[in-house]
Amino acid sequence: MREAVFDTVVVGGGAAGLAASKIIAERGYRVALVERENRLGGILNQCIHNGFGLHYFKEELTGPEYAQRFIETTAGTPNIEVFLETTVMDVKTSRADNNNSGKGSTNSPGTKEVFCYSSRYGVLKIITKTIVLAMGSRERNRGNIGIPGTRPAGIFTAGLAQRFVNIEGYSPGENVVIIGSGDIGLIMARRMTLIGARVLAVIEIQPYPSGLTRNIVQCLRDFDIPLHLSHIVSRIYGRDRVEAVDVTPVRNGKPEMEETFKIKCDTLLLSVGLVPENELSKKFGVKINPETGGAVVDAHMMTSVDGVFSCGNVLHIHDLVDYVSEESIAAASFACDYMEERGKWPAAEQFPTVASSNIKYVIPNSYDPEINNRFFFRPMIVKNNAKLCIRMENEDKEQKTLLEKRLLHVQPSEMVSVNIKSERIKEFLRDGEENRLVFSIQ
Amino acid sequence: MSSRSNKSLICISCPIGCHLTVEYDKDNLREENIKISGNKCSRGITYGREEVLAPKRTVTATVSIASEIQRRLPVKTTKHIDKVLIFELLDNLYSLKVKPPVNIGERLIENFKGTGVDVVATMKLDR
Ligand SMILES: Cc1cc2nc3c(=O)[nH]c(=O)nc-3n(C[C@H](O)[C@H](O)[C@H](O)COP(=O)(O)OP(=O)(O)OC[C@H]3O[C@@H](n4cnc5c(N)ncnc54)[C@H](O)[C@@H]3O)c2cc1C
Ligand code: SF4
Repeated sequence: MREAVFDTVVVGGGAAGLAASKIIAERGYRVALVERENRLGGILNQCIHNGFGLHYFKEELTGPEYAQRFIETTAGTPNIEVFLETTVMDVKTSRADNNNSGKGSTNSPGTKEVFCYSSRYGVLKIITKTIVLAMGSRERNRGNIGIPGTRPAGIFTAGLAQRFVNIEGYSPGENVVIIGSGDIGLIMARRMTLIGARVLAVIEIQPYPSGLTRNIVQCLRDFDIPLHLSHIVSRIYGRDRVEAVDVTPVRNGKPEMEETFKIKCDTLLLSVGLVPENELSKKFGVKINPETGGAVVDAHMMTSVDGVFSCGNVLHIHDLVDYVSEESIAAASFACDYMEERGKWPAAEQFPTVASSNIKYVIPNSYDPEINNRFFFRPMIVKNNAKLCIRMENEDKEQKTLLEKRLLHVQPSEMVSVNIKSERIKEFLRDGEENRLVFSIQ
Repeated sequence: MSSRSNKSLICISCPIGCHLTVEYDKDNLREENIKISGNKCSRGITYGREEVLAPKRTVTATVSIASEIQRRLPVKTTKHIDKVLIFELLDNLYSLKVKPPVNIGERLIENFKGTGVDVVATMKLDR
C-alpha cells in the first residue's frame, strides 16, 4: 500500500474542492486533492449552459468555463497534488477527534488516515491533519417518488440525461415529459428542444416551480413548453419502452383522478432534487443534519469530527455555484486557522442558530461572536417583499431583534445569505445564557 | 390615440431575476417610449427594452469533436443573438466537425449572418 503525508486532504474536485484546495495551498499547506473522475470540475463539466460566475467573477460564464478558471489556478499550484481516478473509500480518525462516537482508531489526536482506491495507484493511504469534504450531491430517482405502473426503459434522471447529451453525445429520446421543475429538469427541457426533441410538458406537484425563475423564463416560456403546477404523473405506460403517462391535477393535497389526462411520450426525465453525497462522511461518524442531508457544521464550517470541514453541495444543496466557491473559500480558511491555532482551537465559545417560521434550515448550525458571521438559509415560502427577522432568544423567552431586512422576493429554490458583524452580535450577547440566534421570514 | 400596453417580465440578465413591469406604446414602439420599473440595475432596462423590441438570447450548445475525452465540445455565442435565428444557428453548428486540441474562446463561427455574433468553444480539450 502506497502511503503519503499531506496537511489536508480535499475529497472531491468539483467547484467546492477546487476553491478549497486553492486557498489552503496559498496559505502554505500541502494539499492532496482527490477526485474519483478522470478530470477536475465535477458537475460543472456537463453544465454547458451559461449563468455561472456573475457574483464571483462578475461575468457570465458556462459551467466548463467557470471550472477552467479554478482548474488553471489550482492545478498549477506547487503545494497541490491532484489524484485523479481516485476514490476516497474510508477515513480513520483518532478517538479524541470523534466527539459523538467511539468509532475512531488509536491514531494520535489530530491525525487522520484517508484510504483511497484508484486504478492508477491501487490502495493509497494518506495521513493528514485536516479533511475537507467536497463530494457534491447525487440525484433523487424514481424510487424516491414512487410512481405506479410498469418499469420500461426510457426513464432517466435529468442530470444523467444531461451527461448523455452534453458529454457522450446522444439523445435519450424524442418525445419527452419532465417530472419535477427543478433546475436540472428545466435546463434539460431547453437542451432537449435545441437538439430537436419535443418536450411535451413539465409536471410539478407543488403549486410553485421548484427551479430558479430565470430558468422558467429561458427554458420553458421561450419554447412554449407547458408547465403543469399542482399536477402529478399518476401512471407510467409501456412494456419495453415508455409509451405514455397519466397526468392528474392535485387539489388540497388530493389527486383529482377524474380529471386525469394522458400524454404520449417515449422518455421521462426526473428532476426531483439532489441529495448531498454523505455515505463516506457517515461511515466515520460525521453527524448529519436531517433538514439538509449534509453535515452539522459549527461557525467555522467544521463537522462534528475535529479537523474535518465540509462545503459545497455535500453540505447543503446550492443553486448558485458562486455561493459554493464562496462557502468553500470560507471553509478552507477556517481549516487553515485550525492548523495554525492547534491546541487553542476552538478560540471562542459558539452559540446555536435556529431555523424558525418559514425557514427550512440555517447554515452554519452555530455562530462565533468573535467573527463576522455569514449565514445561508432556505425559505419555505414564495413571497414578494418578505421580511427577514433575526432575533436573539434566551431562557426567559425575552427576544431581542438583532436584524430586520426586507427581501424583495423569496422562494424555496433560492437560497438567501446574510452577514452579521461581530460587534452587532456582541451587543446582544448575555453571559452564561444560550444566546440562540433565531431566523424567521414573514 | 396611442394605446399603452403592459407586460410583466422577469429580467434574466442575472440570477436575481427582478420582476419587471414594462409599459410601452404598441403603435409607437420606440426605445424612449418604453417605461420599465422593478429593475434593480440598469441592465434590467436594457433587457426589458430588448424583450419588447427584438428578443435576444445567448445560445449554448455542443458540436461534434473527435476527442479522446468526450464526444461533444460545448460552445456558446459571444453575444445575444436574435431569437428567430437560433434554430438556423444550430443547424450550422450541428454540421461542424472539430479536431482537438481546442482551447476556451477559440472561434468556430465568425460573424454569423452578419450579426456580429461569433460562436466560441467553452471547454479546453487537449486530445
Ligand atoms: C445540473 C446542474 C445545473 C446547475 N446549474 C447552475 C447554474 O446555472 N448556475 C449556477 O450558478 N449554478 C448551477 N448549479 C449549481 C452548481 O453548479 C453546483 O452546486 C456546484 O457546481 C457543485 O459543486 P460541488 O463541488 O459541491 O459538487 P460537484 O461538482 O458534484 O463535485 C463533487 C466531486 O466530488 C467527486 N467525489 C464524490 N465522492 C468522492 C469520493 N468518495 N472520492 C473522490 N471524489 C469524490 C465527484 O466525482 C465530483 O467530481 C447547477 C448544478 C447542477 C447539478
Ligand atoms: S435588473 Fe439588474 S439586478 Fe435585476 S435581474 Fe436584471 S440584471 Fe439582475
